[in-house]
Amino acid sequence: MENMVNIYLYGKKYEVPSSLTIMNAMEYAGYQLVRGVGCRCGFCGACATIYRIKGQQELKTCLACQTKVEDNMYIATLPFFPLVKQPYDIEKVKPSEQIMMQLYPEVYACIGCNACTKACTQELNVMQYIAYAQRGDFEKCAEESFDCVMCGVCSSRCPAGITHPQVGLLARRLNGKYLAPETQHLLERVAEIENGGCEADLQDIMKKTAEELKEMYNNRDFEK
Amino acid sequence: MYTKEQLESIKRVEATREERLKAVLAGNHPRRMTAEEKEQVLLENHPDHIKSQFAELKIGPNKGEKVPIELAETLQANPRINPADIDLTKIDYDVDVLVIGGGGAGSAAAIMANENGANVMIVTKLRHGDANTMMAEGGIQAADKPNDSPAQHYLDVMGGGHFKNVPELVYKLVNDAPICIKWLNDLGVMFDKEADGTMVTTHGGGTSRKRMHACKDYSGAEIMRVLRDEVQNRQIPVVDFTSAIEIIKDENGKAAGAVLMNMETKEILIARAKTVIIATGGAGRMHYQGFPTSNHYGATADGLVLAYRAGAPLLYAYTLQYHPTGAAYPSQIFGALVTEKVRSIGAQLINCDGEAFMYPLETRDVCASTVIRECRKGKGIDTFNGGQGVWLDSPMIDMIHGEGTIEKRIPAMMRMYLKYGIDMRKQPILIYPTLHYQNGGIKISDNGMSEVENLFVAGEAVGGIHGENRLMGNSLLDIIVFGRNAGINAAAVAKNTTVSDKLNLDHVESFKKEMADAGIKTDKVSPKLLPRYTHGNPVFDEPKAKFMK
Repeated sequence: MENMVNIYLYGKKYEVPSSLTIMNAMEYAGYQLVRGVGCRCGFCGACATIYRIKGQQELKTCLACQTKVEDNMYIATLPFFPLVKQPYDIEKVKPSEQIMMQLYPEVYACIGCNACTKACTQELNVMQYIAYAQRGDFEKCAEESFDCVMCGVCSSRCPAGITHPQVGLLARRLNGKYLAPETQHLLERVAEIENGGCEADLQDIMKKTAEELKEMYNNRDFEK
Repeated sequence: MYTKEQLESIKRVEATREERLKAVLAGNHPRRMTAEEKEQVLLENHPDHIKSQFAELKIGPNKGEKVPIELAETLQANPRINPADIDLTKIDYDVDVLVIGGGGAGSAAAIMANENGANVMIVTKLRHGDANTMMAEGGIQAADKPNDSPAQHYLDVMGGGHFKNVPELVYKLVNDAPICIKWLNDLGVMFDKEADGTMVTTHGGGTSRKRMHACKDYSGAEIMRVLRDEVQNRQIPVVDFTSAIEIIKDENGKAAGAVLMNMETKEILIARAKTVIIATGGAGRMHYQGFPTSNHYGATADGLVLAYRAGAPLLYAYTLQYHPTGAAYPSQIFGALVTEKVRSIGAQLINCDGEAFMYPLETRDVCASTVIRECRKGKGIDTFNGGQGVWLDSPMIDMIHGEGTIEKRIPAMMRMYLKYGIDMRKQPILIYPTLHYQNGGIKISDNGMSEVENLFVAGEAVGGIHGENRLMGNSLLDIIVFGRNAGINAAAVAKNTTVSDKLNLDHVESFKKEMADAGIKTDKVSPKLLPRYTHGNPVFDEPKAKFMK
């Protein structure tokens, strides 16, 4: 017999195998999930979840697909949280401090409580990347927030009403487009393609018979 | 946490590691297989070649062809609606371009349709961005370096696909690749770059040049969240938690919208459009041949069902990709993807004797088949959840490239394993093939249109681009190339199309008649939309027969 534990889904008690993740335990209990489920692999952030172990003070947060059940776990999923997303034109914005002030001024209301960092399901230093955003250091903000899955748990815990995932995303896009060094070899190849410079070779290889192609393929030289 | 037996086996991996490492550092990798050896291992071990797992289609455009049993069942299942019950005069959404699917292909298509002046809408059955794109870890191919060329990329793609690929589609894929990398870069996708801007590129299985661009091992997630943000910036409407369950046609048999269903309330809604783009992704959650999958929860071949019923032929629907390195242990992550990049940057495949039994970067089908063969030979390692696996010797990575490489280049993988008490920097990981990608799909021409007029397809739902086997990094590429392409062309066609007021579902009626004529009796309905999991706990509202064995 498998080792079983008691969990409480939205307050209701279920007995489930202790080896299951929270998501699998919900399905074991009979739920067919539509909300709060996505990649089931820790990448999409759809399954943000809040729980407390009976008798403990601390309220914990996690991704349901990445966390095993524990005995006496009280579970509430957070399939949606009203995050703020400000539209902007990526071609017109500039990577300056003003852009944060303009789009997400609430970052300057951060009281430094660090609840966001404590809540992060990816163990990111969320408060730190918000601090970088305040200073307009988008490169560091981008790096520090890179592994964010945008589950929104940080924002649910923020007394200042900051939408951390969107701040990080804005910083990353500004960084990717404006701050990261330009790729010369990419620009050159795109120009070559647009000027028809790659066309002859492509037309040539497309005309090869299956046998000729196989011969070429089996005798390719490999970059070390 | 490994079992005692597994820890014993690890010792044998460690015993040979130094020697293997020395060989690799001297440029001596395990030998690549010959063309004949590859052919043999595929024929004898690849799931695509297990005849008993395939069924013949009795109706529809591909009648007489064989496809996986589960796919045949869903393609020839009952529609979710009775056409007579649907009021097509009550239009809920009226747009130029309707995009079905909110992943990478759908989002790229919507952005380009919007860019080209179309009134476009996305409908998606879960959240916007819940898609296989989000989970693609390894990277995206493009021949943008001086020692590489689109023609060289073409050769790798064709060989990887066993020369079955549709040449015109491969041409588009490789020719547009650098253009698409630039497009993504200009949207703000953070590619891994050297200080001087040179792209950090690596090999993938079957590539002859290092052309794999990456964003750490969050490549797909980084691309998806930027595309989603761009869709939101452009204020393109996204109707989420709503599935498309049938294509609607006009009086001339052209696609002209879709019947939609709210996934929560089951309310039926009608979307009218001048052109429709199917971007519904793959089919891992069909669990062909009982394989676990690396795919997203919604990967249930819906687009294939919609298109097939509407009369669009499929191409190569018999071929699936089993990714060689799915997590085999622990059971909580059984089937989850271990990115090919782990092998790209140096980890070898090792059997229970501590032997590197193959060159780790053969194409995915060859690699998966060889892993299966190794386990069949009794050279696998017991996973204690009913299966076997082989070792992927991840500690080699930091030994080759220096400490901190794993943390910097594959942080998501490291995090996934650390959660279960396995530090892949110190211990190897256990892997076995997992159902990963639908190589086949709906047949399109190079403008992205299926054989049903005004019905476009993009992304994993397309068949023919990758022949019988896709190379790593060509899927993120294909969703961008063919997503953009479909968006541009669907917008252009929409400009010359007038709205129809004679919408109909006649094709659904004739499909039902075809089913009856062929003697197909089934209680299955399709599209499937979502899988049902119970993890061993029986659920009693399913057809009774299942529990009466």
